Amino acid sequence: MDFGRSDRSAARKKAPSAIKILIAGGFGAGKTTMVGAVSETAPLRTEETLTDRSVGVDDISGVEAKHTTTVAMDFGRITIKDQYVLYLFGTPGQERFWFVWDELALGALGAVVLADTRKLADCFPSVDFFERRGTPFVVAVNCFDGARIYALDEVRLALGLDSSVPVVLCDARKRNSGKEVLINLVQHAMRTRGKRPRPEGVPAS
Amino acid sequence: MTPAEGPTEDRWLDDEAGPIVRPYVMTRGRTEPTRGKFDLISLVVATRPTAALEVGLGPEHLTILRLCEEFLSVAEIAARMDLPAGTIRVLLGDLLDRDFIEVSEPHPETDMDDDCFYQAVIDGLRSL
Ligand SMILES: Nc1nc2c(ncn2[C@@H]2O[C@H](COP(=O)(O)OP(=O)(O)OP(=O)(O)O)[C@@H](O)[C@H]2O)c(=O)[nH]1
Ligand SMILES: [Mg+2]
Repeated sequence: MDFGRSDRSAARKKAPSAIKILIAGGFGAGKTTMVGAVSETAPLRTEETLTDRSVGVDDISGVEAKHTTTVAMDFGRITIKDQYVLYLFGTPGQERFWFVWDELALGALGAVVLADTRKLADCFPSVDFFERRGTPFVVAVNCFDGARIYALDEVRLALGLDSSVPVVLCDARKRNSGKEVLINLVQHAMRTRGKRPRPEGVPAS
Repeated sequence: MTPAEGPTEDRWLDDEAGPIVRPYVMTRGRTEPTRGKFDLISLVVATRPTAALEVGLGPEHLTILRLCEEFLSVAEIAARMDLPAGTIRVLLGDLLDRDFIEVSEPHPETDMDDDCFYQAVIDGLRSL
């Protein structure tokens, strides 16, 4: 271990603030692509065991039954001046994993919902979830080749979005486009700050 | 980066049992860390040099300490060691218990209550 040279300085340095942002959306909407495009490194992958809070009370014992599910998540990192580290987590897209988002969304700055206009309905569950939870989110319309170009207002209408929720076009493969989406999200989170339910982590009923 | 595997452990690693058994052996069957919560984005740093042979520390513990010469998140440790986050948490609990690491938990409430925070992140993203 090379502690001689670094003189254990890492431990004495102040830790950066770690921030979590979720990248959600339906199956194949471009979540992993976006994480990779804006991150410092290729997307990393980790397996996380999450608790299914949607499981009801166990009839026999009367205690809450705890079910756990293992999900694989892609994530990436953006370091900002050694002061902040943004972690972008691609949430598992499959419908049966909705419940695990609750644990992931805890303490998150906000979320990007990627919408694929060829199957717009796929992002309904994500939109619903973040709305109910009060997590600030933006909708990023991913421009796939050959997809009909929708006006952003059409998308807003189709998703039944509140007028305050930003809807932006993006190309998940392009770093600059992903950056713009994230900037939009942070600006939106700043605007809605204080209007959020507190404390965080209490699941919306 | 894969931790060294002795011949004894290899015998467990048939195709079916491998991914389950290996973490299980590493943590001696524990699923919860003895200490610490360890969010996926908690940042971990090693506090002091460690001799290769420390009673009670396995090769995976030493790999973690080597990875954490600079702050590294729980998620990144798990990804780089190719182990589930739950296994990493147990190993981190052992290390925290013996003061081999310091852990910086995220504090979203304080960060996100401050306009400067948002502006710094926006400026940072712009200048990438
Ligand atoms: N034309 C175009 N193709 C894209 C874009 N974003 C992603 N793709 C492609 O769409 C496919 C799916 O992208 P992924 O990033 O794997 O999508 P995902 O949401 O992570 O998918 P799952 O994790 O399987 O749900 C890949 O082949 C990408 O190359 C985009 O903005 N434009
Ligand atoms: Mg993916």
